[in-house]
Parts: sequence; C-alpha cells; structure tokens
Amino acid sequence: MKNGVPHKRAGRAALTAAAILAIALAAILTLELLSRLLIPKYMSGALDGAFIAEYYDETLPHDVLFVGDCEVFSNISPVAMWREYGITSYVRGSAQQLVWQSYWLLSEMLAHETPKAVVFNVLSLKYNEPQKEAYNRITLDGMKLSKYKLAAIDASMMRGERDADTGEIVEESMLDYIFPIFRYHSRWSSLSFEDVKYMFYRDRVTHSGYYMRVDANGISPDELPAVRPLDDYTFGSTAMEYLDKMVELCESHGVELILMKAPSLVPHWYDQYEAQIDAYAEAHGLRYINVLEAADEIGIDYETDTFDRGMHMNLSGAEKVTHYIGGILAEEFGIPDRRGEADYASVWSEKEKFYDEMIAAQEKELSELGHLVHFGAVG
Amino acid sequence: MLYTSVEFLAFALIIFALYYALPKRCQPYVLLASSAVFFASYSIYNFPFIIFTITVSWGGGLIIARVFDAGERAISGLELSREEKKAARARVRRRAKLVTAAAVTADLCVLAVLKYYNFTLHNINSIFRFSDNESDLFIKIALPLGISFYTFMCVGYVVDVYRRKYKAEKNPLRIALFASYFPQLVQGPFSRYDETGAQLWGPHKFDGDRVSYAVLRISWGYFKKLVLADRAMIALTPLIESPDVYRGAYALFAIVLYSLRIYADFTGGIDITIGISEALGIRLKENFVRPYFSKSIAEYWRRWHITLGDWFREYLFYPLSIAGPVGKLTKKLKPRLGAGFAKRFPVYVSTVIVWFVTGIWHGAAWNFIAWGMANCVVILISQELSPLYEKFHAKTGISEGGAWGAFMIVRTYFLMGAIRMFDCYKSVPKTFSAVGSIFTTWNPNVLFDGSIMKLGLGAADYILLIAGAAVIFVVGILGERKELRDRLCGRYVLRAALTAALIVAVVVFGAYGMGYDASQFIYNQF
Repeated sequence: MKNGVPHKRAGRAALTAAAILAIALAAILTLELLSRLLIPKYMSGALDGAFIAEYYDETLPHDVLFVGDCEVFSNISPVAMWREYGITSYVRGSAQQLVWQSYWLLSEMLAHETPKAVVFNVLSLKYNEPQKEAYNRITLDGMKLSKYKLAAIDASMMRGERDADTGEIVEESMLDYIFPIFRYHSRWSSLSFEDVKYMFYRDRVTHSGYYMRVDANGISPDELPAVRPLDDYTFGSTAMEYLDKMVELCESHGVELILMKAPSLVPHWYDQYEAQIDAYAEAHGLRYINVLEAADEIGIDYETDTFDRGMHMNLSGAEKVTHYIGGILAEEFGIPDRRGEADYASVWSEKEKFYDEMIAAQEKELSELGHLVHFGAVG
Repeated sequence: MLYTSVEFLAFALIIFALYYALPKRCQPYVLLASSAVFFASYSIYNFPFIIFTITVSWGGGLIIARVFDAGERAISGLELSREEKKAARARVRRRAKLVTAAAVTADLCVLAVLKYYNFTLHNINSIFRFSDNESDLFIKIALPLGISFYTFMCVGYVVDVYRRKYKAEKNPLRIALFASYFPQLVQGPFSRYDETGAQLWGPHKFDGDRVSYAVLRISWGYFKKLVLADRAMIALTPLIESPDVYRGAYALFAIVLYSLRIYADFTGGIDITIGISEALGIRLKENFVRPYFSKSIAEYWRRWHITLGDWFREYLFYPLSIAGPVGKLTKKLKPRLGAGFAKRFPVYVSTVIVWFVTGIWHGAAWNFIAWGMANCVVILISQELSPLYEKFHAKTGISEGGAWGAFMIVRTYFLMGAIRMFDCYKSVPKTFSAVGSIFTTWNPNVLFDGSIMKLGLGAADYILLIAGAAVIFVVGILGERKELRDRLCGRYVLRAALTAALIVAVVVFGAYGMGYDASQFIYNQF
C-alpha cells in the first residue's frame, strides 16, 4: 500500500502527459485539415493553379519536357504529339511562370528523370522581377516541398516590389509558402462546397500539362493593339542569369536545350527581343524555334485558332503548333517513337481517352451554351 | 520587431531556450542582451538615450544613498542634541532632495525633449508665428522604444531611493535590465525596482507548470490582439478617417468597436508580456482587472492600466497633495471656499494636474490632453455629487447591485467609450462633432441595412467579433467570481486543450498576413 501511492501518482502523471501529447497532435492534425480546407483548389474558374501539381501523377518518364509560361501550356499538346509522333512529353508551365520558376521546376524534374530534350519558351525573359503574388502562388503552391521549391520561393518572393496591376507594395514570406494556412487562413469566411470536396484529391484538369480550350475567339491583323515602344528592350540580368543556369543544368544532365517562341500575337514580341534570343542561341549553340515566324507555314489562322484574341491557341491552333514542333523534335533531334512500347502505349492510351472525352465535353457545352463554362474540367 | 511578427516569436523562443539551457548565472545577461537586441530592432541610434537615463538613475541613486550614509555617519559621530540631530538630518535630506531633483529632471528632460519639444514648438509658433517652416526646427528623431515606460520606472527608482524604500543598486547592469527588460518595453506594465529588480537577476529554475500557464496566457493575448483587436480595426479605419461621413449611429458603432479594439489590443499585449515573463520565471504586476465591469470612472481607473495609475498616485498625486505651495494656496482660499471645499481643494488640484500629465503622457497632442481633462472632469463631478448619490440611494433604497448595478456598468462603459474617442479620432473638434452627432443625427437604420458591411468587414467577421467579445465577457464573469489561475490550478489537460484551441483560432481567424496590415499595439506608441 505504501508503494502504491507513488505508483498511482506516476501513473496519473503519465496519463496527463499522454493526454497533453494527444491534444498537441490533435491540434496539429486540425491545422493540417484546416490547411487542406482553406487553400484554393483551382477546380473551377481559373484552373491555372492546379497545373503544376499534376506532374507528380506521372508514372513514366518523358523524352521531352516543355517549360515556360502560358505560351507552353496552351500551345503544346503532348497527347497530340504522342498520337502523331509517338513522342512522350510533358508541359510544366503556369500563368506568367517566371524564368527562375521554370529553372527550379526543371531542376526538380531533372532530379527524377532525364529527358532527351527540354524546350523553354522565351517570352518570360522579359520579366526580370516578380510581377504578382497571385502568379507566384499559382506556380509555387503546386510544387511539393523540396529544396527546389524552397529555392524557387526564395527566387520568386516579392520583397517590397510593386504589384504589376495594383501598384501596391507586396511583402511575401517564406513561411507563408511552407505553411499555406498562414496565407489562406482568411478564406475561412468565403469557403465553398468545392473547398470541402477537393480537400483530399483534385480532378485532372490538364493533358500532361496542356490546357485545352476548343472555343475560338479570334483576332484579325487589323484589330491587333498598337505596339507600344519600350524604354529598354534588353532582357534583365536576373532573367538571363537563370537562362544561363538552365543551359548549364541541361548540359550537366546531357539534355538538349531548345528555345522556343510560341505563335501568340499578344503580348507583342519585339524585334529587339528576337535579336537577343537569336544572338544567345547562336552563342550557346542552341536551336531556337520561333513558331511565330512560322505561323503562316504551319497554317495558323488567328481568326479561328485562338480562344482569347491572339494570346493563346485553342485546340485547333495548339495541335497545329504541336505538329510543327513535334516534327522538328522527331526529325532534327531524333526523339524516339514509343508507340510500340507496351507500358507507354497503355499509359498514353488512357491519356488519349481523357483527351477525347474532354474534347467531346467541351464541344457539347459549346454547342449547348455557346460558350465554355467549365473549361473542360471534367470528372 | 512587432509582437505579432514571426521574427518576434522566433526571438522569444531562442531567448527561452538560451535562458534555461545556459548556466543560471547567465540568465540576467541573456535578458540584458536580448533586451538590447529588441531595443535595437526598433532603432539602434536611440541607444544613447536609454543608456543616459539608466546611467543618470543608477548614478543618482548611488549619490543619494551616499549623501544619506555620509550624513548619518557624520551625525552619529557628533554629540548633538535631539533638535540638532533633527536639523542636521533635515539638511542631509535637503541635499539628497537636490540630487533626486537633478536626477529626475535629467531623466524627464530626455523624455520632454524627444516627446514634447516638437509639440511645444508647434503650439508656440501657432501663437507667435516666428517661423513659416517650423518643421525645419523640429527634432527628427524617432522616439526610443518604451521611453515613456522606462523613464517613469527610472524616475520611480530614484524617488524610492530618496524615500529610502530600498537600497540604491550598486550594479549598473541591474538597473539597465530593470529599465530595458524587453517584454515591458512595448507597453508596460510599470514595475517598481523592489518588485522586479531581484526577480530579473534570477536565478530561475525551469518549471513546466508555470510555463504551461505562460503559454496559455500568451495564446490568449494573441487571440485578443490578432482575432479581435486587429479585425475590429479594419472597420474602424474608415469610421475614424471620415467622421464627417460616418455620423450618428456610425459614431455610436465606432465607440463600441473601439472599446473592443483597445481592450483586446492592450490587454492582449499585456497578456503576452506577462506570459513571456512568467515563462522566464518573472512575475509582473497585473495591469487590468476586468475594467468594463466598473460602475464608475473612478473604479474604471482602478481596473484599467492599474500600474500607470499606481505610478501617478505614488509619485505625483500624493506628493502634490501635500506639497507646500498647494497647502499655502488652500489656506489662502479657505475663507472664500469654505472649510468643506478647502479640505478637498488640494486633492482636486492634484487630480487636475495628474490627469493633465496622464493625458500628455499618452501623447504629445491636444486630443490626449482633452482626453485626460475629460476623465478628470467626470471624476471630479461625480466626487462632488457623491453626497447626492448617497441621498438618492438612501431615499429610494436602490442598491448598486442588480439592475441598477447593470445600468451603472453600461453607463460607465458608454461614458468611458465617448471620452476614449479623443484618442480614437485623434482630434478634439472631430471627437466633439462625431460624438455630438449621436444626439443630432438619427440614423439607426445604418446598423441593420447592410451599411456597416461596407466598412471592410463581412457578416462572418462581425459574428466572429461578437463571439470573441462574448468569450471575453464569459471569461471576465468567471474571473470576477474566482481567479482563472485558481480555476485552472492542477488542470493540466484543460490548460493544454484551451491553449491548443486558442492557437488554432489565432492561426485561422487572426487578422494577419497578406491582406491585413500588421498593426502596432496601441500602447506601443506611448
């Protein structure tokens, strides 16, 4: 009995400690669940924020990786490339994806696979500093936590820069990226059913990174906005530094780096930009494909092949661009046709099925409503 | 380094770890170094000012002690009659008084020059118009962090040594730590050297029970500051910026919102301060005892910013009440005022001066002076009318409990809320105009027709504010009956659960991060 009292006390202390530990764990779990609830899901309306994360669902490596901004995700269709050339590719691009973001995304991908070629779209070289926190988020939130993500955040964070649209000074914090609940907690008062539905999974919204739009909203040459002269056409030092890094990265992995300019008419691609890319490609022995210059040869009709008046290709335009790029990749770079390989054929046939279903769904919606509502996000 | 910044949380955690990881003899030096870092994080160029105040107070205290000791030795070495000894002691006291006055003046001069020079110059210039570019003559130095707090604490120390309440401190580092202890720099509470001097120097053993209380208190503080005070500020900002637009019921709404904001802000900050100190083993004085439960303004001031009130009572009110000139004036006026009022006259004079100083202590601006004087007027009137109140209660049999008590509480809340608008609008005419509009503009519909939803807060935010205020109210009621600390004694699991709930609430509902402006604690500006 004498020894029983201390034992009882020790037992009670252990129980208390266990209860406190359980409470701490419950609090952490609650915060994790709340974080999942509060972060934006990008499953309707603007889907861009869902693009980057879809790469992690890929099961087989790719022979070609495309990186860049919206000019890659809306202009290159990996499924069309597979169908026509048997080339396995993936597009890792998001809205206004900056050069350093493309570099770190590419670094992350090259840590897991070694493609034969990487195609980088050069439009984003015109930005030498981050433009908007929202665009940073769209690209970076989808990355899994890794040293690449941390480096991408560090390179992208706005530290007193002004928002490109509002002019407000923006101060971002690394902590907000690592623990997104700190950034998105204020969404508690505007949550929707979508936030609950997609807490633990997301629908697939791209086709190996390609953002499909079957609708058309064209532009004729005489409707193009006036070209605004710039004070300085020189690409910024930070942007070029990351292009250099990309060249080195590809060299170190034995990967061919190809530069590309998509055939978008807006924003205007200045001759001075073109000259710099030409000179850079020549100096570094890189192939530079300016699809904009080849638009007529490809057969792009800007009145029917874009969905937003010359900025982005629709399905029709994207398949034309893909046909052109795919041809170069197959013929000049000898990217193999893998249609005969069973494992690839199986994965890509599933992708084709999803691709065709989305085309059908979008066309149906277009014919019924006259416009797209879901932008093809099916399932 | 804002209390609400991640940097501060990291800073506090590092200090906490070092404080208990290093040998105990290092603890005061950890606190000194961290206080220096914290002070420097606001402005490194202000170090000379705080060092000057510390040096003057420490040196002044030592000289005062020496004057007394030398005098005592001299007196005891001589064979003097009782009267002669008394006279000699009076001479010693006068010398010590001179040193005290010199040290206190030097301390206050720094505060006066840095905080009040520009204000004084501006007012003199508005009368005499001697300069068209008065801003060229202004001192352009940011106020040292916590100058109003550490200066008053140092003055208190010097006066206490003179009053021989305790011995003068020989170690200047101890005075440095007493004056610059970082949690207190932000918004107090005021301490006396005999309360915290020895505590600050340690040593302190880690005590898990104490730390768990501390973490709960800190979480409660952050809840009040981030979830309630900073959220209320979002809707208050347009109300304050455009009092000409937001009149009548809006002004009444501003009173309610500001009373929530200032309470949550100030008490939240003090909770964090006291919590951090408790985690380090240092007990600071409580600064609030549920002030909104007060039945009169006098009672309110015994419950709100208690340590400031104590300081003024101890070092200004009492000395003034018994000061020679006040006594002489009272004697002179006695035949005119009558014996009854003359008896109260010294108290009233002291009250007026104390409230003037209290006002200007809060800020070098007329709105603060008006705020102080408004408090003073209400307190003096209610004091003068107290016989009438007593008669009323005696005649009607209405006690201060029950419904009448509740009425008194509500009355005090709104009266204090109206006075507080001098601080909120930061302008005397705007305050009069806005508060006056409550009685001249009849627009209660704006409170219910969705107009208040256009002030930057949505319905969910208002529900959160109401729920938060209700939680504070319930906690207040519970605390009024039995101290919360006692209620939570031995209930470790409950404490952990409350802490976890508060942390989750702060993370989710806090008005922080992108889209919100990190705001200073209100009292940090004083």
